[in-house]
Amino acid sequence: MEHFPILSAITFLPLLGVLIILSITGEKEIVDRNSRNAALLTTVATFLFSLVLWFGFDKTTANFQFEENAQWLGGGISYHMGIDGISILFVLLTTFIMPICILCGWDTIKDRVKEYMIAFLLLECFMIGVFCTLDLVLFYVFFEAGLIPMFLIIGVWGGANCIYAAYKLFLYTLLGSVLMLVAMLYMYGQAGTTDIPTLMQFDFDPHAQTWLWLAFFASFAVKMPMWPVHTWLPDAHVQAPTAGSVILAGILLKMGGYGFLRFSLPMFPVASYEFTWLIFSLSCIAIIYTSLVALVQTDMKKLIAYSSVAHMGFVTIGIFTFNIQGLEGAIMVMLAHGFVAAALFLCVGVVYDRLHTRDINRYGGLVNIMPRYALVFMFFTMASVGLPGTANFVGEVLVLVGIFKVSSWVTFFALFGVILGAAYMLYLYRRVVFGELTKDDLKNMLDLEKREIIIFAPLVIFTLWMGVYPSTFMDFIHVSVENLSMQHEAAMTVYHATLETVAGN
Amino acid sequence: MAELFPNLSIAYGEIFLALGAMVLLMVGVFKKDSVNLVSWLSVAFMAIALFLTIGAGAEQQYTFSNLFVADGFTRFMKILVLVAAALAVIMSREFFRLEGDNRFEFPVLLVLATVGMMIMVSANDLMSLYMGIELQSLSLYVLAAFKRDSERSTEAGLKYFVLGALSSGILLYGCSLVYGFIGSTNFSSIATALSNMGDGNAPIGAVVGLVFVLAGLAFKVSAVPFHMWTPDVYEGSQTPVTAFFAVAPKVAALALLARTLYVPFGDMSGSWTQVIMFMSIASMLLGSFAAIMQTNIKRLMAYSSIGHVGFALLGLIAGTSGGLRGLIIYMTIYLVMNVGTFVCIMSMRRKEDGMVEDIKELSGLSQNHPALALAISIFMFSLAGVPPLAGFFAKWYVIIPIVTQGHFVLATIAVLASVVGAYYYIRIVKVMYFDDQVEGFLPQKSFPMKIIVTLAAVLIIAFIVPQISTPILESATAAAQGMDPN
Repeated sequence: MEHFPILSAITFLPLLGVLIILSITGEKEIVDRNSRNAALLTTVATFLFSLVLWFGFDKTTANFQFEENAQWLGGGISYHMGIDGISILFVLLTTFIMPICILCGWDTIKDRVKEYMIAFLLLECFMIGVFCTLDLVLFYVFFEAGLIPMFLIIGVWGGANCIYAAYKLFLYTLLGSVLMLVAMLYMYGQAGTTDIPTLMQFDFDPHAQTWLWLAFFASFAVKMPMWPVHTWLPDAHVQAPTAGSVILAGILLKMGGYGFLRFSLPMFPVASYEFTWLIFSLSCIAIIYTSLVALVQTDMKKLIAYSSVAHMGFVTIGIFTFNIQGLEGAIMVMLAHGFVAAALFLCVGVVYDRLHTRDINRYGGLVNIMPRYALVFMFFTMASVGLPGTANFVGEVLVLVGIFKVSSWVTFFALFGVILGAAYMLYLYRRVVFGELTKDDLKNMLDLEKREIIIFAPLVIFTLWMGVYPSTFMDFIHVSVENLSMQHEAAMTVYHATLETVAGN
Repeated sequence: MAELFPNLSIAYGEIFLALGAMVLLMVGVFKKDSVNLVSWLSVAFMAIALFLTIGAGAEQQYTFSNLFVADGFTRFMKILVLVAAALAVIMSREFFRLEGDNRFEFPVLLVLATVGMMIMVSANDLMSLYMGIELQSLSLYVLAAFKRDSERSTEAGLKYFVLGALSSGILLYGCSLVYGFIGSTNFSSIATALSNMGDGNAPIGAVVGLVFVLAGLAFKVSAVPFHMWTPDVYEGSQTPVTAFFAVAPKVAALALLARTLYVPFGDMSGSWTQVIMFMSIASMLLGSFAAIMQTNIKRLMAYSSIGHVGFALLGLIAGTSGGLRGLIIYMTIYLVMNVGTFVCIMSMRRKEDGMVEDIKELSGLSQNHPALALAISIFMFSLAGVPPLAGFFAKWYVIIPIVTQGHFVLATIAVLASVVGAYYYIRIVKVMYFDDQVEGFLPQKSFPMKIIVTLAAVLIIAFIVPQISTPILESATAAAQGMDPN
C-alpha cells in the first residue's frame, strides 16, 4: 500500500465539505449561499478526484485495484478498500450524480439549507463507501449509515406525507438489513474474517449457503426493490424532495444489485443457482405487475417509481442468468437507469417547482410554451423506453440475450415488460406535454432556465454516449464479469459432480 | 487460606470510599452550606478510588477469607461504576442548583451506593454478594424518594423499596437453598463442589436455589419478568437520580450476575442458560414493544434500558470469554450513550414550567437548539444500533459470540427486536426535526454539562476510528480473560 489512498480520499472528501459547511456562521442568507457553494465545490472536487480512477484503472485484470488495507477493529476485521470492474462505474456514477443533486436543490430548498447540504454530503460519503469497501463490516456500516441522512432528507424537506414515507423507508430497509447482519456474523464465525476477497474464496457449506443467501436476499431485495417488498419505494419517491428522488433512483437502488453481484453470486454460488426460480418469478411478476400499476398512476413521481421497480426486475433477471451477457446487461441497465431515472425525476422536479403539483391531470400541452423542456423530457422518455441509441437499449438487449440462453419463457415475460414500458411512458408524455394548452395556470410557466440546462446537459450526453458507443463503459466491466461468470461455472461443475456422486451412491 | 490479617491492598478503593462517605457526612453535618463542597469532594474521592482501583492491578487475588476478589474484570467494571457515579454527581449539581433543592445527603448517599456496587462487583461469596446488594439498594431507595415533598418521588421510592425488599428476600431464600444443598456460600467452594458432582448431577435443591438467586439478581438489572418497578421509578425519581439508576447499578448487577453464573455455577450452565435466554428475549421484546406507546421520555428510557439489558444478557448466554467481552463492551458503550442522553434530558427546562419530560416538548427542537437536537439524535441513532455509531458495535460484539455458539434464532430475534426498538428511537428524531416548533428551552449554561454531552457524542461517533476503539476493545478482552482464564 505505497500509493496515495485514493479511494479513501474520494470517500471521505465529502466529510471535509461537511466540516467546512459546519464552520460557516453568520446571517442566514450568507450561510445559505456559502453552504450551497461549499457543497457544490466539494461534490465537483470529488467527481474530479474520481476521474483518477477512470483513467488509472487497469481494464485487463479482474483483480481489485487501488487497494488499501489497514488495521481496524482487529480479529480479522480490517479497513479494506478496493474496486474492480463491477464497482468502479458505480463509484463514478455516484460522484457524477451528486453535483447534479446539489444543483437541483439550489433554488428550491429555502429553509435549513446548511443542514440539507450536510445531509447530502454525508450520504455521498456513505454511498461511495458502500461501493469501495472490501470488508463485510465496513460494508454494513456504510450500507446502513446511509439510512440516517436519507431518513432526514425525506422527513425534513419532503412533501405532505413525508413522515410516513421516511419511517417506511427506514424500517423496511433496516428490517432487511439486520437479517443480513446475522448472516454476516455467521460468516465471520465460520471464516474468521470479514475480508470480502477472502470470503469469496471460502467454501460455505451448501446447506448453510441457502440460509445465508436468503438473509442477504432479504436485505438486497428490499433495497433493490423487488416485488413484493417494493412498496416503500413509491412512497419514498413521492414524498422526497427532487434531489432525494434522484439519489434514490440513481444510486441507492443500485446497492441491491451491486450486493447481489458482490456477495450472493460469488460467495453462495450453489444457493444462487438453486434460487434462480425464485428470482425469475419475482422479477417477472415485478416487471409485468408494476408496469401495469404504472399505467394507471396519476402521480408523475409514482409512475416513474413503479417503472424503476420494473427496470430493476430486468437487472435481477440479468444477474441470475450467470452468463456474461446477462451480467453485463444487468450492470448496464443499472447504470443507464441511474442516468435516465434520475433525469426523469429531474424532469418532474422542473414542472413541480413551477406548479407545485405532480398530478398528471393538472398538466397538458406543455410543448406549446416549454419547447426545450418538451425536448428533454421526450429524450429521456425514449431512453426509458429503450430506444436504440440510448443507454437503456444496450442493457436491455444484453439482458434479453442472456435470458434467452437460459429460458425462453422468462424472455417472453420480460419482453412483455418492454412493451408495457413503452405504453406507460408514452402515455405519460402525451398527457403532460402534448395536447391543447387549456389550463390557465399553465400558461405562465417558463421554459428551462440556464441552471436546469446545465443539469440536464451532462445527463443527455452520457445517455447518448452509453447508447451509441457502450464499449467505453463495457471495457471496464468486461474482465471482471467474465471472471465472475467463470467462477460461478466452476462452482457449478463441482456442485453437479457432488450431486452425481451422491446420487450414484 | 485463612490469613491472620487480610490483604487490604486490593480493596483500597472500597475502603477509601467507605471512609470518604463518613468524612463527607461529617463535613455535611458540621459545616453550614457545604453542599457544593461535599459534592465536589465526593467527585474527588471517587476519582481517588478510581486510581486506587486501577492500582490494585489486574492479577486475580482474593482477600477477606475469599469473600472478596479482584481481577481484571472487577477492575474494569468498577471503573465503569465509578465513572458513572461521578458523572451523576456532576450532573446533579446543575440540577439541584436550578431546582433549589440542595441537600448534602445526595452525594453522600451516592457514594455509599457506589461502595455497595463495588462490593457487588468484587463479591466472591453469597454473603458478600448480599452485603453489597443491600448497601447499594438501601442507598438507592432513599435516592429514589429524594424529593420528599413530591408524591411521585415518594411513590417511586416506596415502590422500589417494597419490590426491592421482596427481591432481596427471594435472593436470600435462594442463597440459603444453595448453602443447604451444596454446603458452602463461597463461590470457589461451590464451583469445586459442583464440578466434583459431575455434569448434570447437581442436587435439585441447588437448581431451585440458583433460580431464586437469578430472580433476585434479575430484579436488580430490571430484566423481564422482574422489570415492573423500572418505569415507575425512572419516571418518579429526579432526573439525575434516574441517570444514575440507568447506568451504575446495572453495570454492577450485571457484573455480579456474570461472576455468579460463570464462577460458582459454571458447571450448571445447562440449567441457567435457558433461564437467561428467556429473560434476555423477553427483555428485548418488552423493551422494544412497550416503549412504543410511551410519551414521557424518562419512561421511554426505562423501557430502553430494559431492552438494553436484554442485549447485554446475550453476552452471558454464550458462556464464553468472548461473550463476557461482549457484555463488557456493551456496558461501556451503554454508559456513554445513557449519560449523554440524560444530560440532554436535563436540558429540557423552561422558565415557567421547570423540568419538562414529555416527548412532545421536543417538537421542532432542531430549530431552537440545533446543537442539542443533533446530540440527542446521535444518541438515539446509537441506542437504536444504527452504524456507524458506537451502539451498533455494542450489538455486534454481543451477538458474535452467540452466533458462534450456534444460537441463530436467538440472534435473529435480537436483531428484529432492535428494528422495533429503532422505531421509537427515531420517533424522537422525528419529533425534533420534522414537527412544528414549540417554545424553546432555557439555554444550557453549565460548562461541565456541555463538556459531558460533547464528549459522549464525539466518543459515539469516533468509536469507528481504530485509535479510539482499539484500546477499549483490547482492555475489554483483557478484562474478560481476567475473570475466566479459560
